[in-house]
Amino acid sequence: MPEAPTPSHAFATPTPNDDPQVQYSPPVGDAVKTTTCYMCACRCGIKVHLKDGRVRYIEGNPDHPVNRGVLCGKGSAGIMTQYSPARLQAPLLRVGERGSGEFKEISWAEALDTATGWLRRVRETDPKRLAFFTGRDQSQSLTGFWAAQFGTPNFAAHGGFCSVNMAAGGLYSIGGSFWEFGEPDWDRTRLFLMFGVAEDHDSNPVKLGLSKLKERGAKFVSVNPVRTGYSAIADEWVGIRPGTDGLLVLALVHELLRADRVDLDFLARYTNATWLIVRDPGGADDGLAARDEAGKPLAWDRERGAVDAALPDLSPVLAGEFTLPDGRRVRPVFHLMAERYLGAEYAPEAVAERCGVPAERIRRLAAEIAAVAFEQPVVVEQPWTDTYGRGHERMVGRPVSFHAMRGISAHSNGFHTCRALHLLQMLLGAVDTPGSWRYKSPFPRPIPPAPGPAGKGAKPNTPLAGNILSFPHGPDDLLVDEAGGPLRIDKAFSWEAPLGLHGMMHTVIGNAGAGDPYPIDTLFMFMANMAWNSAMNPGETTRVLTEKRADGEYVIPHVIYSDAYFSETVPYADLILPDTTYLERWDCISILDRPIGSPHGAGDAIRQPVIKPDRDVRPFQDVLIELGARLGLPAFVREDGSPRYKDYPDYITNHERMPGVGPLAGFRGADGSKKGAGEPNPDQLKRYVENGCFWRDHLPPEQGFFKYANKDYLEQSKAMGLMGKSEQIVLQIWSEPLQKFRLAAEGHGAVQPPDRLRERVRTYCDPLPFWYAPLEHGGQDLAHFPISAVTQRPMAHYHSWGSMNAWLRQIHGSNRLYMARSKAREMGLGEDDWVWVESRAGRLKCQLRLMEGVNPDTVWTWNAIGKRAGTWGLTEDSPESTKGFLLNHVISEWLPAQEGFRQANSDPVTGQAAWYDLRVRIERALPEEAGLTDPHPAALRAPPHMPERPAVLRYNANARAGGEARP
Amino acid sequence: MTSLPDRPAGAKKLGLVIDLDTCVGCQACATNCKEWNASGHSAPLPDFKPYSAGAEGVWFNRVHSYEAGEGEQGRTVHFPRSCLHCETPACVTVCPTGASYKRAEDGIVLVNAETCIGCGLCAWACPYGAREMDEDSGVMKKCTLCIDRIYNETIPEAQRQPACVITCPTRARHFGDLGDPDSAVSQLVARRGGQDLMPELGYGPVNKYLQPRERSSALTEAKPVEDAPTPMDIPNPLLRWMDRVLSR
Repeated sequence: MPEAPTPSHAFATPTPNDDPQVQYSPPVGDAVKTTTCYMCACRCGIKVHLKDGRVRYIEGNPDHPVNRGVLCGKGSAGIMTQYSPARLQAPLLRVGERGSGEFKEISWAEALDTATGWLRRVRETDPKRLAFFTGRDQSQSLTGFWAAQFGTPNFAAHGGFCSVNMAAGGLYSIGGSFWEFGEPDWDRTRLFLMFGVAEDHDSNPVKLGLSKLKERGAKFVSVNPVRTGYSAIADEWVGIRPGTDGLLVLALVHELLRADRVDLDFLARYTNATWLIVRDPGGADDGLAARDEAGKPLAWDRERGAVDAALPDLSPVLAGEFTLPDGRRVRPVFHLMAERYLGAEYAPEAVAERCGVPAERIRRLAAEIAAVAFEQPVVVEQPWTDTYGRGHERMVGRPVSFHAMRGISAHSNGFHTCRALHLLQMLLGAVDTPGSWRYKSPFPRPIPPAPGPAGKGAKPNTPLAGNILSFPHGPDDLLVDEAGGPLRIDKAFSWEAPLGLHGMMHTVIGNAGAGDPYPIDTLFMFMANMAWNSAMNPGETTRVLTEKRADGEYVIPHVIYSDAYFSETVPYADLILPDTTYLERWDCISILDRPIGSPHGAGDAIRQPVIKPDRDVRPFQDVLIELGARLGLPAFVREDGSPRYKDYPDYITNHERMPGVGPLAGFRGADGSKKGAGEPNPDQLKRYVENGCFWRDHLPPEQGFFKYANKDYLEQSKAMGLMGKSEQIVLQIWSEPLQKFRLAAEGHGAVQPPDRLRERVRTYCDPLPFWYAPLEHGGQDLAHFPISAVTQRPMAHYHSWGSMNAWLRQIHGSNRLYMARSKAREMGLGEDDWVWVESRAGRLKCQLRLMEGVNPDTVWTWNAIGKRAGTWGLTEDSPESTKGFLLNHVISEWLPAQEGFRQANSDPVTGQAAWYDLRVRIERALPEEAGLTDPHPAALRAPPHMPERPAVLRYNANARAGGEARP
Repeated sequence: MTSLPDRPAGAKKLGLVIDLDTCVGCQACATNCKEWNASGHSAPLPDFKPYSAGAEGVWFNRVHSYEAGEGEQGRTVHFPRSCLHCETPACVTVCPTGASYKRAEDGIVLVNAETCIGCGLCAWACPYGAREMDEDSGVMKKCTLCIDRIYNETIPEAQRQPACVITCPTRARHFGDLGDPDSAVSQLVARRGGQDLMPELGYGPVNKYLQPRERSSALTEAKPVEDAPTPMDIPNPLLRWMDRVLSR
């Protein structure tokens, strides 16, 4: 985060006056508490003002490093999410058929007995028959640990259908990623290119940053099919066709190489451009780095030939073919890389038509990038020391920065597109330098960051050792059986998604229903709206959830669901564990999971309860810890079998993942004086609360940049327990883990893909980034489906949680399909027309709105506004269900049967759900079909004892009891 | 009819400066205004049919989005709209009861809920659509410029600004005394050529809007890296890097 100044106080002291109508200094409330917002994933610090126990006002915390006092449209509407009539009231047990919505309220004792009974049987017999998946969650360091203790490999959060491509693309290239884990050097960058940000992560930091760019007159280019939100204020909008960003980026790479406008010094010092790659077609070592006896990669030194690539006095040769003493032929990574991207297929002329961006414009963009990077270097007069121990007098950087998110990620070519962007950064020498994109703590991390995933050898009553979601280094780390089949229910970390780092939640229900690779017993979900907006093809998902076997038992026998609200998924579960709201519980924005670090240092945060629940609900994390104890999971019980942790705050304070390392990094040690590593501090949470519910570290200035090779930074990170070693992190242009998968596909090694997947693995596990058409586009007639369809998140909504909010739904209560006016004219369609949107998977009906700022071959809509009738505390006539719609209904969870077997609609490397690959055709609906969206499944029945909906909402925290309106 | 106070030249004119060049249309100003004022000077700001069709409430600040121009050459503009606290506001002079008034002290236009009869004349008179009828209580309501924040001694000094300003994530909103030519907001208006909304109507709006900047910046004039594309059939473009001497 930039160090934003405190807003200037433009106006002076109060004026004495005689206006009797005005009370100038009413106390805002009777108490104010800090906590962390949860209206999206941004994790802004908030101050919640209370009056008589009700929320009076929520404002941004000016001291908080994430938002510096600002708060977005969602966060500012938290009051209405807190008091939503959609809040679940008590634990529920299903008494009718699934989907009927017939529930009875039960006690927490009965709810936990029931859950424990189901889960215990699973754990005692075959723990992988529990699939535990969490959706919009910020407690994965707990949930993942709990799953490993339970012994099931079938755990993930929603990253697989969110943005795993960004994580994997970044972590396997530069040891950090875009998303919210890095940011431009907002104070120094001169040219900022933003790719495919569908108004999502990360929210307020991006907005604050853009305002800084505007203030300084830096140029902002937005590459996005749609010109709304951030793109609206860009100096240049590039309205690209969805799914072709990788092609554009590699054309920029082509241009920079063609004109020799790359930073060779940076490449030689900080990347594996110098590494020698074995050229042995058909051999087991083909494409791997040549290494010495100690396993160190080799480079070709101008004087000495093949030597350790890490030598400080290396004078590397970057192009040419050489012969090693053992006779093997090798080429430097740079040579292989340049050879590929200088190829004619990446020339601007070759890509212009497919991208929808003229060749001259691509060349001009490349020229601008090069001009800023190489002719306007940014110098920070700050000495620093590299990992060789050599001092540098100053920090010199390239003021070109990049950010990318969902629009890159949600394509089946997103992993390689993301890698292509990181390649571009590396060629420019624009990684963690002054003026460029910067890592946020705890990144950079080693590449790959950690050992492979846990999940092999699941046994009854036995925890899995290690992290379930971790980082394969090659085929040996995959979770596959002897035939190459998947061990996980979602098939992540199998040959179908070898780098499925975040799991593949979008496949779980379909796979479980098909018993592929095996049936499950219990599906346990938290805040994952899998019966609606979180599912591809919700109709099929709910069909599977209600499907029965011949013996009358459901195909998925038990479904346990925790949510704070009456979402579409509630009626499809058997047991509901009602959660609190974000203002009613403790939480931990953990250093072990998704902390709030910044380029200026590590940071993490907590939530504290600011109001008491008025319902029979419990924080999900407390419930999970109690279930862990009831099940006897070793880490959750003491030697005598009694619960180890009283509740979540007790766990946050006292749990140690490794000696001295726990969920929170701040105020550790008996007296709270240690950071990162240190024994538990019984007063840790109190210290967080006193500090505004966050903790942050401040890096000294010499550690601020070049963190992958900054000796002081790396040593300090190791000392704090953020990483295991302090060696230089060599940025990876050529990815050996990918080449290892490819070699396996070519028949080398013990772990082999099944034959039907060999060609696919060989093709997509390319050690260098490349572009290919989205997989969805193969195997279907694109002429019949000529238009791309994508979604964006409105800035005032975030998924479905919060969009039932009484204030926010007045801003976006229904959604339209947005189409270019020129396209509509061509098709004879007009504003407000009702249309059918048909894909290979189905069709839906919705209403058009025309606009100028959208790629003419693309339509789009706002995501997750459409709701199923009867849910979320809304009446059945609400526009969310009559006019709002989900594109999900026409997105298949499977690819066209192009390869002869059922294949997830996902990136073939990471398993990322390919939401944005969708192609559709659009036709006008008949006049009598206008007015109601389709599909329009039957209204869902609300659980018992849901709160009344007021006809008029007169929210006023200052109202005295029984009083009206003004005090 | 209600008369306006005598206000000498140079009198304090509190108002907002809104930068259309940086507003991304996120609605933060709208909802933060709503939550502050729901329990503020003009509380409540009722919402009708809040959980069904036709949901509609009282908002003092609304953000509209427009497009101007065609295709790639066009632009999208987000336009936040609230009371402009005019110097000669017709909404005040038209008020039959004196409920609508302009304050002598700072120029803020307010409504006295106790004398407002809800006749709606002021809403007809306001050309900016800034008035909001509370049908529930029959009282006209409007932006107060957060009069219960800006002088509020219980709030830290740096936060004594309207809620919409303090919360704006792109810092597109600024608050201050537009009657003082040396104030930060006046300087900003001068520097950026801030404009009145519909000045021809003659109401003298105090709030100013800063226009989106020209999109052509010097950077876009960069020439292609080489005038003509390199012929790709040169024998080996990699040769040029073979002899490049590099060191760490």
